[in-house]
Amino acid sequence: MGLDFTVIPKYIDIILLGCLWTIAITVAAALLSFFGGIFFAVIALYAPAVIRLPFRLFEWIFMGTPLLLQLFLIYFGLVQIGVDLPAFVAGVIGLGLHFAVYNSELIQTAILSVDKGQMEAARTVGLSRGQALRKVIVPQAVRAVIPPIGNNMIALLKDSALVSVIGVSELTLSAQRAIGASYRPFEFYILAAAFYYVINLGMEWVQRKIERRIALSR
Amino acid sequence: MTDHSNFVQVRHAQKSFGTLEVLKDISLTVERGQIVAIIGPSGSGKSTLLRAINDLDPLTRGEVWLDGVQVNKSLPFRQYEKHINEMRQKIGMVFQHFNLFPHMTARENVTMAPKMLKGLSNQQADALANEQLDKVGMLERIDYYPSQLSGGQKQRVAIARALAMEPKLMLFDEATSALDPELVDEVNQVMKKLAEEHMTMIIVTHEMDFAASVCDRVLFMDQGVVVEEGPPEVVFKNPEKDRTRAFLRKHLEGAK
Repeated sequence: MGLDFTVIPKYIDIILLGCLWTIAITVAAALLSFFGGIFFAVIALYAPAVIRLPFRLFEWIFMGTPLLLQLFLIYFGLVQIGVDLPAFVAGVIGLGLHFAVYNSELIQTAILSVDKGQMEAARTVGLSRGQALRKVIVPQAVRAVIPPIGNNMIALLKDSALVSVIGVSELTLSAQRAIGASYRPFEFYILAAAFYYVINLGMEWVQRKIERRIALSR
Repeated sequence: MTDHSNFVQVRHAQKSFGTLEVLKDISLTVERGQIVAIIGPSGSGKSTLLRAINDLDPLTRGEVWLDGVQVNKSLPFRQYEKHINEMRQKIGMVFQHFNLFPHMTARENVTMAPKMLKGLSNQQADALANEQLDKVGMLERIDYYPSQLSGGQKQRVAIARALAMEPKLMLFDEATSALDPELVDEVNQVMKKLAEEHMTMIIVTHEMDFAASVCDRVLFMDQGVVVEEGPPEVVFKNPEKDRTRAFLRKHLEGAK
């Protein structure tokens, strides 16, 4: 049985819909991971010990266990304690928090490497520590780690394929469905790969835009 | 409040870092509108003294008063934070390395604190930015980022940022030390202008000529104590103490 790419048009609508879901879940999870990352970084560095230490445990769980397991836990596990999330929401939360923890690590380091004079200057004009963090320190720290955060977001896109296992009809699951109907695994996996690559290019383009935009303000 | 003789008062300031005593019982009074220069070798404690005035480097012992209010009064943490933030709004500070906020334009550097702390509208803030940046001759660079400015221009924006809070007192911590020689004058001109407007200023500096030309009084510090103080014509031309003479001689040689 040779390769036959002519079957693709018949199932292209499934695949394109899968693309849209992949983009939706990636964008939503990326936003959660970005703002969550900032929030976690500030907690990790400045919260009192009663908050910081449980947070450490939370962080360890997200960094030290498989993302797949985390998705299972959020989607199938939480139901038992009465939290019944739609698969898409569970996927966004799982992916978002997982990468928020990684982003938080980057942002923490960046916050600590902002020049000491910045906090001093902000305090000198009368800002409180919190105001100085919000207006002066964190914006600079985030700008400094846009490139590595971008790398995390590419990883997030690729790991979004995992949410197929909790039944979100994103690109990978859509490809599997097309394969189930057509018995053409090679063709559709290649097609899905090509679409991931295109989305990936789109994300890199956005990242470059952002980097160019903030180039002067660093 | 109307007592001009003790606008700024530092009483028995003592500061230790571990076992190192950097300020040894220093007292200092600055009258309203006065300009005081603090000179001395590096490590003499002059920057530490300046930074104690707005509590950036808290004193181990001693008091700082501004216009009848104690700056470093002892209060529970939260109350103290509120108090010190209010005090600092009245004390402008200019740093050696400018410390402009690199992610903000000149305009935003100037207006950020007034907007946050005084609730200025965008319109009021823009008017303020225009006024302050014009004063330091930086109006045409109002929408530039610090990365697009020279050192002298950065420092002038930093001065405008400090002035935007309408401080009663300005502290200059070696404001021109990090500048290329040809950029020093533009910053000095701005400081002179402030002097003409009778801004109360305390200036830590290495520039004896500038100190002599604008200051009412000069303090020479060494090893954590004020060795000598007086009008510039006396301290520079006719110092009483050997240590002052030695420092000035060395410094003048260095300048040549």
